[in-house]
Amino acid sequence: MSGPGTAAGAGGPRGGAAAEWGAFEDNMQGGGSAVIDMENMDDTSGSSFEDMGEMHQRMKEEEEVDAEAAAADEEDGEFLGMKGFKGQLGRQVADQMWQAGKRQASKAFNLYANIDILRPYFDVEPMQVRNRLLESMIPMKMINFPQKIAGELYGPLMLVFTLVAILLHGMKTSDTIIREGTLMGTAIGTCFGYWLGVSSFIYFLAYLCNAQITMVQMLSLLGYGLFGHCVTLFVTYNIHFHSLFYIFWLGIGGLSTLRMVAVLVSRTVGYTQRLILCGALAALHMLFLLYLHFAYHKVVEGILDTLEGPNIPPFQRVARDIPAISSAVLNTTAKTAALAL
Amino acid sequence: MAAVEEAEAAADGAAKPLFAGLAGVSISGDIPVEGEITVPVGSRSPDEDYSTLDEPVKDTIMRDLKAVGKKFVHVMYPKKSSALLRDWDLWGPLILCVLLALMLQGRSADSTEDKGPQFAEVFVIIWFGAVVITLNSKLLGGTISFFQSLCVLGYCILPLTVALLVCRLVLLANSGTVGFVVRLLVVMAMFGWSTLASTAFLADSQPPNRKALVVYPIFLFYFVISWMILTFAP
Repeated sequence: MSGPGTAAGAGGPRGGAAAEWGAFEDNMQGGGSAVIDMENMDDTSGSSFEDMGEMHQRMKEEEEVDAEAAAADEEDGEFLGMKGFKGQLGRQVADQMWQAGKRQASKAFNLYANIDILRPYFDVEPMQVRNRLLESMIPMKMINFPQKIAGELYGPLMLVFTLVAILLHGMKTSDTIIREGTLMGTAIGTCFGYWLGVSSFIYFLAYLCNAQITMVQMLSLLGYGLFGHCVTLFVTYNIHFHSLFYIFWLGIGGLSTLRMVAVLVSRTVGYTQRLILCGALAALHMLFLLYLHFAYHKVVEGILDTLEGPNIPPFQRVARDIPAISSAVLNTTAKTAALAL
Repeated sequence: MAAVEEAEAAADGAAKPLFAGLAGVSISGDIPVEGEITVPVGSRSPDEDYSTLDEPVKDTIMRDLKAVGKKFVHVMYPKKSSALLRDWDLWGPLILCVLLALMLQGRSADSTEDKGPQFAEVFVIIWFGAVVITLNSKLLGGTISFFQSLCVLGYCILPLTVALLVCRLVLLANSGTVGFVVRLLVVMAMFGWSTLASTAFLADSQPPNRKALVVYPIFLFYFVISWMILTFAP
């Protein structure tokens, strides 16, 4: 403790002030001067370490100033080697802790500061959001010139959260056994998984097909495309008419899909590329709506049943007049989707 | 102190005795003196004023409880006041959140394995939702700090907690259609109250042309919570 600190202190006012500090030092740091005197003892040939050293040092204080200055460095190293090892280790550990803490803090701060990077994508007015929501249902038949896509994330994010809420609502009003925890997590996972997953997938396809679109634009396009899903599901979860759902599915879901397809077509060159890109997007988007409407609860319950065994009584569902073929197809798609999820 | 003395001593040179530097400081009144004078006087007195080391534990707890209670009152009478924003704390939100989660947990009391997720999910929904709203308002250019917003959103759950209490009482008395209508009215009123209170507190910190964008997630957040309360049936 006292060794390195005072040694450094002694090294400070080296020139003239060391003379007046010399006596003070002798009293204070016994260990330190002992090491110094090991050196000096060779000339004096004394027997005892410290007493002889101290006497010797008092005798020739004036001459020793320079010697001490030279020895201070050695003393530093030697002293640390012998006695200050523990202190040095402690200091090293503390230093490491401090470094790690600083890194963590700066990482958290960077994360929080990264909000500023995202801020341009949230730079919208309420009117703009409303207009974009409306436009997401209006396909424009202009494929010769690239259509404009707003690179904005506020609307998509809010639509995804709305979809999560609507899904929860649907699960509760249907005859599903309420397991809110599981359902909540599944709803969030499904919506965000679809939005991010399909966007990345289509972006990858677009990269392969040489379409001019960025990731943010893709996220925005698909996110606004979810508006149709939100409207459809909100209505059909509350009004249980089957024909109504099909009308909504083809009408509203189809319109929002057409809009996205039109945008992608206008930004892609070549028939094959257009077909691949738009076919993938349209199929995924329309099937996702079907999946959410019909098979969502079933998947969740199926998972729960397999997890919890036969203790749970078979759950009562409202009979729906799904055609046998479509329900079979849906079940398989649902299962594959569940496996994929 | 010591550093200044040492530096002074070094500056004055070798000729002077040991405490010559200190004497020089006190007499000469050079430039560094000003800093030396103000520091100990200024720093000590407020420390002694705010020292809570030797006060009874009861005082400490009561002071915090009073602050929390005052904020509850602010939420129930949402005036244009910045008390909720100025000295934020997360005790009230924590209390409300735990209360809400505990009371909502009663639903699946018969099947024991469902208790955990229920509590955890209510807890997570509230905090996750509040964080999302806060981040959203920051992204839209709001000038409110992170924890201030969390504090306001958490405290504004209070009307919904009251609604849940009323709902449980109503459910005890009458679980038929009349009971449902009463619960619906109570929950809707309290939902409106929560939303209005939180927007009253948070709206000032937002750019005026984007208030609708900030209010929408708040609306959704309280809507989900109030809807969970409404559909709750033990």
